[in-house]
Amino acid sequence: MAVSGLIMLGYLLVHMYGNLKFFEGKEFFDSYLEGLENIFYPYLPHGGALWILRVVLLVSLVAHVYCAVTLWRRNKVAAGYTGGKRYHSKQNRTGIQRSYASFTMRWGGVILLLFIIGHLAQMLPNWLAPGGASDSKYERVVNGFEIWWVVLLYTIGLVAVGFHLWHGFWSALTTLGQNRSSTRKDSVITIASWVLSVVIAGGFLIVPFAVFFFGAGS
Amino acid sequence: MKITVNVWRQKNADAKGEMVGYHLDDVSEDMSFLEMLDVLNEQLTLAGEEPVAFDHDCREGICGSCGVVINGIAHGPEVTTTCQLHMRSFKDGDVIDIEPWRAGAFPIVKDLVVDRGAFDRIIQAGGYISVNTGSAPEANNLPVPKEDADHAFAAATCIGCGACVAACPNGSAMLFTAAKVTHLGLLPQGQPERESRVASMVAQHDAEGFGSCTNIGECTAACPKGIPLDVISRLNRDLLGALAAGQA
Repeated sequence: MAVSGLIMLGYLLVHMYGNLKFFEGKEFFDSYLEGLENIFYPYLPHGGALWILRVVLLVSLVAHVYCAVTLWRRNKVAAGYTGGKRYHSKQNRTGIQRSYASFTMRWGGVILLLFIIGHLAQMLPNWLAPGGASDSKYERVVNGFEIWWVVLLYTIGLVAVGFHLWHGFWSALTTLGQNRSSTRKDSVITIASWVLSVVIAGGFLIVPFAVFFFGAGS
Repeated sequence: MKITVNVWRQKNADAKGEMVGYHLDDVSEDMSFLEMLDVLNEQLTLAGEEPVAFDHDCREGICGSCGVVINGIAHGPEVTTTCQLHMRSFKDGDVIDIEPWRAGAFPIVKDLVVDRGAFDRIIQAGGYISVNTGSAPEANNLPVPKEDADHAFAAATCIGCGACVAACPNGSAMLFTAAKVTHLGLLPQGQPERESRVASMVAQHDAEGFGSCTNIGECTAACPKGIPLDVISRLNRDLLGALAAGQA
């Protein structure tokens, strides 16, 4: 879980940075996306680097989901649920100190998976094109984000990304043996996770918000 | 003070249990939680009913026998064992829910008593030093850095009560297992078996049916001895070392 999660996190950082090139204008953005096809050309064929990346990400995603489902099923039995309940008391349902992010990891992950599928269908080919299809990816971005429900769905998806990273980054480093703090909340990794989730969710949201609220690109 | 307690009643391991409510009219706030249960049991015995079964021994907070989930929190609202929790932590008129530890690896024996034999088997799998270390050695023969000694001591204060498992949403016993791995792994006597120990203790932990750690941290918050959370990361570090050495 930790390793596959960190691989996908690394990709997200690069992806977010690339998205910000949107603000350089239509020509620059489209030629930047064209340029991605030629990474390491002529050592790799056209699009070769992207295909390697896609395979790595797909393997990471499948491994991540497989581990999550296995843990989910195993831990449900281990926690001793009887008749759908663990403790009958209605008091202190949310535990002592666990974060909102930590107990929404699993359903948050399901939301993320649906978001990723929808996002790929919209952005890669012209399969889903709310607001109108176009050969220019820049125009497709603008067309999509001028519609309120597209912006709303992206906001939900990216807030889910933020929550997932808030617990996920901390958890991955702890699993790899890097936590040296005695409690959950005073750790350096905890603060790093906060910063990382805000930067990534915020960085991705800048483009749809700029298009929808400030009319960028139109 | 007057209180109402809802207690989990279950005749035996196979019976279907349920929450049963009892009223107590004269509870002193100076009573410990277990003394309150004693009063309840006297009341039940005089009424000709079956008393509530619960585990307890030293009542000094050091043996780890007692432990119930009070209002959804292992050992109740204070950071201490159930026997060291006092009724002054509750208010007149409170309704208190009392349930046993819940975990697949801790089957219920009766009412609030669970079988924690799984913990013994994890310790038997490697929570010890194989060689006879004899009597206390001359202190300057084997220097141990103060920081390591402090960490090892903090981990060694685990009393094996099982609150970490009861509090963990995954029913994982990682804090318990990691406390022993840390205690022995930081001291010179524990070094020869450091890798095989962590591998076999984790294998036993999984074989007992405990869940997997997802680093939520409820265990350390519920722990009456305040076992620090970083012991789990230390266990993972040792486990990665054991994997690299081909021991796991």
